[in-house]
Amino acid sequence: MKWVSPRQLREQGVLGMNSRNIDYIGRNNDRNRYPLVDNKLKTKQIAEQQGMSVPALFGVIKIQRQVQDLEQLLEGIEKFVIKPAQGSGGKGILVITERQGNEFIKSTGAVLGYRDIKRHTSNILSGLYSLGGRPDVAMIEDMIEFDPILSHYSHEGVPDIRVIVYRGFPVMAMMRCSTHASDGKANLHQGAVGVGIDIVTGHSLYAVQNNTQIERHPDTGYPFDALVLPHWDKVLQLASGCYEMTELGYFGADVVLDRNKGPVILELNARPGLAIQIANQTGLRKRLEMVDEHCSGEYPVEQRVSLAKQIFAERLV
Amino acid sequence: MSSRLQIGLVAGFLIILGLGLALYKKVELGFPLLPGERQVVWTLESKISFKPVRDLEYNSPVNGSGEGAEVDKKQGENENYKGSFKENPVEISLALPEPEAGWVVLDDHFASSGFGFSVQEQQGDRRARWTRQSLDRTTTLYYKLQVYRADKFRLGGSPIPEIAPPELTTDLLAAMERVVASLREQSSSDNSFTALLLQQLVQDQMDQDTAFLFGSREESKLAMVMDVLAYAGIPAQSVKGVFLEDGRRRQQMDTLVEIYDGNRWYVFDPKTAQLGLPENFFVWRRGDASVLDVMGGKSSQLEFAIVENTLPIKNVLFMEQQVKERLLLDFSIYSLPVEQQGVFKGLLLIPVGALVVVLLRLLVGIRTSGTFMPILIAIAFIQTTLFAGLAIFLAVVGVGLWIRSYLSHLNLLLVARITAVVIVVILLMAALSIISYKLGFDQLLTVTFLPTIILAWTIERMSILWEEEGGQEVLIQGSGSLLAAVLAYLLMSVDLIEHLTFNFPELMISLLGVVLLLGKYNGYRLVELYRFHDLGKPKQ
Repeated sequence: MKWVSPRQLREQGVLGMNSRNIDYIGRNNDRNRYPLVDNKLKTKQIAEQQGMSVPALFGVIKIQRQVQDLEQLLEGIEKFVIKPAQGSGGKGILVITERQGNEFIKSTGAVLGYRDIKRHTSNILSGLYSLGGRPDVAMIEDMIEFDPILSHYSHEGVPDIRVIVYRGFPVMAMMRCSTHASDGKANLHQGAVGVGIDIVTGHSLYAVQNNTQIERHPDTGYPFDALVLPHWDKVLQLASGCYEMTELGYFGADVVLDRNKGPVILELNARPGLAIQIANQTGLRKRLEMVDEHCSGEYPVEQRVSLAKQIFAERLV
Repeated sequence: MSSRLQIGLVAGFLIILGLGLALYKKVELGFPLLPGERQVVWTLESKISFKPVRDLEYNSPVNGSGEGAEVDKKQGENENYKGSFKENPVEISLALPEPEAGWVVLDDHFASSGFGFSVQEQQGDRRARWTRQSLDRTTTLYYKLQVYRADKFRLGGSPIPEIAPPELTTDLLAAMERVVASLREQSSSDNSFTALLLQQLVQDQMDQDTAFLFGSREESKLAMVMDVLAYAGIPAQSVKGVFLEDGRRRQQMDTLVEIYDGNRWYVFDPKTAQLGLPENFFVWRRGDASVLDVMGGKSSQLEFAIVENTLPIKNVLFMEQQVKERLLLDFSIYSLPVEQQGVFKGLLLIPVGALVVVLLRLLVGIRTSGTFMPILIAIAFIQTTLFAGLAIFLAVVGVGLWIRSYLSHLNLLLVARITAVVIVVILLMAALSIISYKLGFDQLLTVTFLPTIILAWTIERMSILWEEEGGQEVLIQGSGSLLAAVLAYLLMSVDLIEHLTFNFPELMISLLGVVLLLGKYNGYRLVELYRFHDLGKPKQ
């Protein structure tokens, strides 16, 4: 039987959806802070104010009229990404990796002209890619050139690192690697691989695809147990630092590793999913309870990260 | 913790309050907890509307020109001007039904605001009388009654009326003579005489004499039928009553013809010439006395709104009795007009459906698209019946999704897209209705009960889901919604549930408490026991 009793789950400290909503999101997240997280442009702006590392913003197209100004805006920019501020699931993200005069080359190799780029931007504004079709704005930002170490673990997409931050402490992390099956998207339920990451060392712990354990990336064939994330402390500090910025007590921070800039914040999520527990083969609730137990009071970021490492190292590894 | 405690206290209080009230009704007032045997109960709302007759205080308007149109116009204007009229006393008298043939009046109720009202009985003739000194506007009076047919008897005996020979002009008299003679010749009894006469009328195959006879009194063929019968020496009277049809709003009173052949009475429906009392004919009263008399009024009209209900009679009788006796119950749903009661019957079931959705989502973890969509679908299922409803729903949503996927290629804006989907859905529903009607599947006609907007939104949501999360998610949420709808439907159509929600609406207070508690349930969902099965085992 592939079922467990509620008692077993409780003993293993697994966090359920109802408990996440009531005990963590409901209790720690102020609803009026959500727009800050749901809108990538707002997240980026406030993150920049706080001096956090984010992909550079070249410009924002807010109304259809401004689409005409794209040529001026893109002058001298070789590589860039156009994406909707309120897009979901990676939809509507156009990645231009190379430019030859007025011709743009997409990550897939297709060649686009200004017309195509303008049309795409116009579609973003009319809400084609945002949740429920709401009108949106288009952000043009620097392309992320991900760290070559990670290229072994991804197919057609940027692998990102999801860190769950509770009351400012990093509690659990996983890397999400897109696969051919997930169509380049990093969503676990669409077939992406989730790799649990040891919060103390940045080492991979376990990898799952479609709820079953796997050893290697299905497309590149690289084994996951060889994976050690570089800049791990910086990743944790960056993610945890969003606590001050968002004032959310429970959120997920999506970090990517840029070849030049190191870890940068891609986006935040006020309702992070629970699949991270499967990728880590560990219950989230017991970690959250450990934070409640051992970490009372406010600390600066560096101290929070080292405190988290300390309590999780003692108990788990 | 304090919010948890608070909710616990509030929920506990609500649950106990609801159960306590229900228990009080059960133990102290003797409300039946189980629904009894059901019977069709008809509710007739009789509307008597009339305009007051008013005399002008002065004889004619002072107007030199004397143009008729001008005068009329002037009078028309004055009609709205109350001050210049003398108002007459008004008296309305309505014969109350004396049901026969197994009909039973369960309850009746008069609405007579501003009128003096009394029920008078003279020699077994019950009449309701509304009186008022003056009246200045068109008025409607209401008399509502609930009836059901306990047994299917024939009409019993009735005093035999005296035959009054009709007063006719000589040419009509001559025609009458020939008509009666010819009918007599073709018939063997009074019974077949009447049947033949009525058949000629119904089939419109009248000979010259008959045509002449009935042509002379075009406005009232029935009166002429009575005259012919009287001339033939057949004792006859009219039977006034109402044809009961569910949902009719402006039903008029109908008249049947009844003859006495020396042994017993025979009743005919002059509209069909059929012998016998039609099954859905509620006999108001027999005899030729008028049903409605209006003094001091004009353009009076008697109309009926009719609603059919299937009710457990014993319980209804009990409630009606209780409502009159107990003050507490006077504020219950039973004190509402029956039409509103019908609406509430539906409304009171919604919390049950909502509870199903809450349980499925919070305890089981089934994903539905929207919280209320499954409830609305379930309510629609009650009208369409389950299988027809499911088939129609799947067909409309399936085709709608297909068309919607084409629309999404066109890059339309949201509002235009949804409007397009609504139009397509309505076209689909119309097409389905027409095709099913032509093919003779009456069941599919109930497609109209599915709420259009819900269908359109379902299609819209599903197609967005399809684009954003893929077809698998559509399948999961779609079947989750349907599962919730079917379960809610099954629960809502249980007699006991309907009985309890309707007769013990205070149980809803308890339900509220339960839902509050569920809102604080932070345990695992059933699907999580599977989803996290790997994590449940202790680590080596």
